[in-house]
Amino acid sequence: MLKAKVHITLKSGVLDPQGKAVEHALIGLGFPGVGGVRQGKYIEVDLPEQRDKSKAKSQVEDMCKALLANTVIENYNVEVVD
Amino acid sequence: MKAAVIVFPGSNCDRDIALALEQSTGTPTTMVWHQDTDFPELDLIVVPGGFSYGDYLRCGAMAAHSPVMREVKRRVEKGTRVLAVCNGFQIVTEAGLLPGVLMRNRGLKYVCKDVHVRVEDSQSAFTAKYNIGDVLRIPIGHAEGNYFADHETLQMLEAEGRVAFRYCALDGEVTDDANPNGSQRNIAGIFNKSRTVLGMMPHPERLADAKLGGNDGRALFDALVETLA
Repeated sequence: MLKAKVHITLKSGVLDPQGKAVEHALIGLGFPGVGGVRQGKYIEVDLPEQRDKSKAKSQVEDMCKALLANTVIENYNVEVVD
Repeated sequence: MKAAVIVFPGSNCDRDIALALEQSTGTPTTMVWHQDTDFPELDLIVVPGGFSYGDYLRCGAMAAHSPVMREVKRRVEKGTRVLAVCNGFQIVTEAGLLPGVLMRNRGLKYVCKDVHVRVEDSQSAFTAKYNIGDVLRIPIGHAEGNYFADHETLQMLEAEGRVAFRYCALDGEVTDDANPNGSQRNIAGIFNKSRTVLGMMPHPERLADAKLGGNDGRALFDALVETLA
């Protein structure tokens, strides 16, 4: 069975106040060398009927454009695995 | 004026805005469940505030693709007016009826308080009873009201006079201090190109009755009745 692993991230330049808060918390906990934190989403989509990886990828990319990501502010990256 | 309010699972401002409408129209407001696509001809459709579908994925994202919103899009093409408040604003941007997106507030917290907004347009069916420069006191209640759009979109909105309201100080000055959520250019509400769709984060229905502490929102409903009746 194919599975799509989708990473959704904020476009560079889009303010990420949650990432900033996590960054400050990590620095507050004393972790050295934290240069920046950006927070995103991870979504898995099971595709039990799909056999073709490239077709699966383009199908899930269509899902990203239609619903999973808001392309005004977000980028998406789709990886298809067995 | 025939008006309807769309009700999604998780809507919670639907009855408030129905009452505010009834006060101005004198007739009952139709309530339309989110799975209904077969509703009568209307002059106004309201997409109300709340937490449709529990804000899953992104605020408004699930509701934007519900059966009723497909019908709302068809009605917008025919010229039906749409008032989208708070979560409604998030829904219509996700549905592509208005440009941009409502992001998490700059301060990360849910903000619930009265704010001041400056009226930027008095030519639409929604704003005809205000004057440009009027300062209204209207409540907000949201965690994702930080309006974002790319530079070209913002320039287009400004050039076409499509900003309806901006957060401002009591004296009408548009300042960063008066911006409760980090919205670009202090934008609190915008129109579509034909000014038939208004999306706004503040809740006009919450101050549409002096008994509730103010009625700056009432003129919006009165204007709709006068224009569309």
